[in-house]
Amino acid sequence: MGTVTLQGLRKSFGRVQALDGVTLDVPDGSFFVVLGPSGAGKTTTLRTIAGLEKPDAGSVHLDGRDATGDAPADRDLAMVFQNYALYPRHTAYENIASPLRARGRSPGEIAEAVDRISGLLHIERLLRRRPAQMSGGEMQRVALARALVRSPRAFLMDEPLTNLDLKLRVEMRTELSRIHRSLGATFVYVTNDQVEALSMADRVAVLKEGRVQQAGTPAEVYERPANRWVAGFVGSPPISLLACRAEGDRLIGTDGWSLPRPGWTTAEDDRPLLLGLRSEDLSVEQRGDASLPGELYGLEPLGDRTVVDVRVGTAILKVKARPTISGSPGERLLVTVDLDRAHLFDASTGQSLSAATR
Amino acid sequence: MAVSVNEAVPAGPVRDRTPPARRVAGGRGRSVLEVVLLAVLAVVMLFPVLWMIETSIKENRDVYAVPAKFIDFQVTLAHYRDVFVAPGGGRSALSVAFLNSVLVAGVSTVLATLLGVPAAWAYSRFTLKAKKDQLFFILSTRFMPPVVVVIPIFLMYRTAGLIDTPLGLILIYTAFNLPFTIWMMKGFVDEVPPEYEEAAMLDGHTRLQAFRKYTLPLLVPGIAATAVFALIFSWNEFVFAVFLTSSDSVRTAPPAIAGLIGGTTVDWGLVAASSVVFALPVLLFAYLVRKHLVAGVTLGAVRR
Repeated sequence: MGTVTLQGLRKSFGRVQALDGVTLDVPDGSFFVVLGPSGAGKTTTLRTIAGLEKPDAGSVHLDGRDATGDAPADRDLAMVFQNYALYPRHTAYENIASPLRARGRSPGEIAEAVDRISGLLHIERLLRRRPAQMSGGEMQRVALARALVRSPRAFLMDEPLTNLDLKLRVEMRTELSRIHRSLGATFVYVTNDQVEALSMADRVAVLKEGRVQQAGTPAEVYERPANRWVAGFVGSPPISLLACRAEGDRLIGTDGWSLPRPGWTTAEDDRPLLLGLRSEDLSVEQRGDASLPGELYGLEPLGDRTVVDVRVGTAILKVKARPTISGSPGERLLVTVDLDRAHLFDASTGQSLSAATR
Repeated sequence: MAVSVNEAVPAGPVRDRTPPARRVAGGRGRSVLEVVLLAVLAVVMLFPVLWMIETSIKENRDVYAVPAKFIDFQVTLAHYRDVFVAPGGGRSALSVAFLNSVLVAGVSTVLATLLGVPAAWAYSRFTLKAKKDQLFFILSTRFMPPVVVVIPIFLMYRTAGLIDTPLGLILIYTAFNLPFTIWMMKGFVDEVPPEYEEAAMLDGHTRLQAFRKYTLPLLVPGIAATAVFALIFSWNEFVFAVFLTSSDSVRTAPPAIAGLIGGTTVDWGLVAASSVVFALPVLLFAYLVRKHLVAGVTLGAVRR
């Protein structure tokens, strides 16, 4: 078992409200990612689960039992810190063994457990080294091993891949997913990298200014963002937002363009709206029923694709295109829109007007 | 005079605390200038020390010789014998004073460290009400020169029966060293990332176990450095010692040595010899912990 339930967590540091009513439900065995920009309260959330911060209000339930006041040692959790926090005067072996030693396991049992976990993470050759003699990636693996050597209720990870270079980060993403599958344990993973969230998580909670903006599967968060902020934060390149309003069976852009009104939206006429369009739902290469006139603003070749920036009125649309596309700035273009996959948001509240009906 | 000389001596370890400057490839003229300046400085700083050592091993007639004899004097260890042995045999008053100094400085340093290190850890790690004000208050007790408070303390001590007792001196030196220890140790504790303790707590330790097992060993260099400074303060302290003690059996070395000067004749050889003896323990102690004084705290396994 390993469920974590947070109910209305609030925490402030001086005048800064770090957590403003965080409610989360981490199911047993899930890879749960808490995603958000820096300062969103992700780390505070994790530290509150670990018992390293005491919430001002709200509760932490572990396996259904109220653990809000428990000491970290009594919570049966393991944590990987962003800076790894390996004990500098201890070898990798001693570091990995420390949670078992602290819990009074026998030396034979400890040796066996360290052997098993160092095999899983391919760090056998590091065991005699001290942290100062390891690279960042090696320290990261040892820190991971120190957490994984036990079978705690849940694993807490605070941006463990942030300090690694890109190549290693991609490798470790795959590896972490593999480890999660093989252990079947609960992972609570904090990151500001939406690629990590989308690629590893089976559930994501998007956090901003101490509030949960949306929680759900990665696909839900990507396909049906709850508000314009989530839509803008998740996805790369970022979603393009166009100001408009509904008028009869048309959407009329503030910049003068007009599109057929999508059947799924219930927005009443004349309400200020934002039309959200993802780059893959736009095309400059195909023709369709709905299109927007614009002019070429710039090209970003990314190898496997090129992102075409198209200026429509005052807004810039990011359009995904084949890698070989060419053009010169100022060129007139028609951008075809897949309206079935578009998003509409209330311009004043930012709430999605399309999520509920699809 | 003895006191001022000895206060100059601990300046050595203080300078050693800064890591040696990296040698920048400069012109030859620059390095010559450096050497000349350093030589001048060394002579100015060390001449009184040298003169003290010379005086301590000169025969009395050479001590008073005019013009002064720099090299061609008669060497004698009689003054050193006089430091420890009374004229009629048995222990001299000075040797008792030295033992008192060892007791008072040692115990007060240990007490200040035992109280100050946990306090510094708490101030570094925990959220406390008005923490900055508390720390400022602690520091403010050092704003006043001891002379300002010596009379009230004298009156308090007289009522409490602490006048002319080693305990009285130990208490006042501990009180004076504590703010310094807390402030200096807080700097060292701040340098040790709290994540070590937090990781240890998740490993299954209590907070105090985590501190003892993982943070305290990393603080040893800082504790050594802080204790040396506290020890030097207690060892050299003069004002309180002179006001709060009177009998030969309680008196510490600084007032005892100062007491040699005055009267009709001054035995400068004895003054110099006792000053050398007085300076040696501090020099030795600073030498033993010099590595820690320079090293500061080792930071290992954290990427910043």
